[in-house]
Amino acid sequence: MSSTSNKNILNTPPTGGERGTVIKADKLTKRFGDFTAVDQISFEVNKGEIFGFLGANGAGKTTAMRMLCGLSLPTSGTGRVAGFDVYKENEKIKRNIGYMSQKFSLYEDLTVKENIRFYAGIYGKSDKFIKDKTEFILKQLHMENEADKLVKALPLGWRQKLAFSVAIFHEPQIVFLDEPTGGVDPVTRREFWSMIYQAAESGITIFVTTHYMDEAEYCSRVSIMVDGRIDALDTPSQLKKSYQAKSMDEVFLKLARKAARSESNPTKTA
Amino acid sequence: MGTGNKEKSVLVNDLVKFYGKKKDVVKALQGISFDVTHGEIFGIIGPDGAGKTSLFRILTTLLLPDEGRAIVDGFDVVKDYKEIRNRVGYMPGRFSLYQDLSVQENLEFFATIFNTTIDENYDLIKDFYSPIEPFKDRKAGKLSGGMKQKLALSCALIHRPSILFLDEPTTGVDAVSRKEFWEMLKRLKEQEITILVSTPYMDEAGLCDRVALIQLGKILSINTPQKIIDDFKKPIMAAKASNMLHLLNDLKNFEQVEDAYPFGEYHHAVMRNNFNEESLRKYLQQKNKELELKKTEPDIEDCFMSLMPASHKEE
Repeated sequence: MSSTSNKNILNTPPTGGERGTVIKADKLTKRFGDFTAVDQISFEVNKGEIFGFLGANGAGKTTAMRMLCGLSLPTSGTGRVAGFDVYKENEKIKRNIGYMSQKFSLYEDLTVKENIRFYAGIYGKSDKFIKDKTEFILKQLHMENEADKLVKALPLGWRQKLAFSVAIFHEPQIVFLDEPTGGVDPVTRREFWSMIYQAAESGITIFVTTHYMDEAEYCSRVSIMVDGRIDALDTPSQLKKSYQAKSMDEVFLKLARKAARSESNPTKTA
Repeated sequence: MGTGNKEKSVLVNDLVKFYGKKKDVVKALQGISFDVTHGEIFGIIGPDGAGKTSLFRILTTLLLPDEGRAIVDGFDVVKDYKEIRNRVGYMPGRFSLYQDLSVQENLEFFATIFNTTIDENYDLIKDFYSPIEPFKDRKAGKLSGGMKQKLALSCALIHRPSILFLDEPTTGVDAVSRKEFWEMLKRLKEQEITILVSTPYMDEAGLCDRVALIQLGKILSINTPQKIIDDFKKPIMAAKASNMLHLLNDLKNFEQVEDAYPFGEYHHAVMRNNFNEESLRKYLQQKNKELELKKTEPDIEDCFMSLMPASHKEE
């Protein structure tokens, strides 16, 4: 690992992967019995990109994400994440990615410091690395005075920002964010996105799902899943052009409304 | 109809709710007052931790307030709780029907509790129930999210309540299903049912007749969505350029800009009242490529952010 001086920690490029593509999926498919949850999705994500992964409930986002995180084996197709194969090297994938969701992020009954130590320890970071970087992060979050407080005593917005810092503490190549800003107030939501931008500038690739369509605008590129397939993938401005829409909200509605297995069309839901 | 104020379905006066003991007490509601007129769709809009669920649980008599008073359909939430329970429908944020009963069994269960039948009130629930009726023998636990929501709403309505409380019905729901849910609520309003609905999504404010913006147990503003927007007196400029991150910093460094933040495709810059558009344009053009700058109307989210107390913005 490179220098641990405060300034360099965030700017150090993640190790292990080559520049260029960090996620590559080719006809990746997952079937449960005769139900095809993810249907031959193909796409690439580049290093340092903020990749928005959108889709209606039930479109297959979670299943696709689980395959990319090495948590679920695909039925067919190929996939490489952080340079590793999704079939054979899923343990290596887990070591080289970060993950955060709205539902589960930190242990509420541990202190701020204990949470950081716990997660960093899981990823096998040295005591010196953990000590230096903990100081840096607490300073960055203006949470020096909260270091020994229980996480459950913190306001929700602080918790979500801390959770993000913890998810990228081990300097993963990619971080997967599953609805990270749900229920967060509008100011904190924007602070959270400025942290995402900083992480992306430091070279960490961001893979993010959200139900807030204004957040889709903050992404470098956006994919929209419909019925297990990726029906659209482009920059937000190009998507708006292609679908002759004024906003990403409109693009999303145009695509998602034609879904056969949408929530509002239960007769076709599996 | 209740015996009290016929016009007002809900009257809330200085409601306070604390959790925990002296040392680490959480102030969930810090003196909240508002009223809801009969037949209104009234939105309680705010992020997690604002106190929305505590408020709904007090108004549906499931939780006792520490201070203050609330009247629901003419009855006091503390003294007359039994009366209120017959008159309100409540759909909690978390799915709380019986997972191992079928769709129809759940609905029949709630109908029986309230001494009525599905047939008697079928017209009221038809909108929500008919799409899931083909699956009436399926266990509730096996339904998709959207179907669960329709069943939960049917169960909350089966006794024809005069007031319906919906706690975050659209949280975690995608944009398409959210739109459809609100269309269903509009139709329900025609049946003269008063609807109190809470949501963390600011864009849903525009679908309510009136809204209360709420944050950390305090109400920031109560009004019609349009009036809340009209009350925002400062000009807002929308800006876009090739490098949005640099543009944001440039905006923040300009002295006539009071606040600047990302807002979807554009950044919003809240300007001081005497600002000069041309000098802003010149300043930004020097530093940015492909600059696009235009006046824009505030959105509810702009209003919410400007109403948030400064101390919380730093959190």
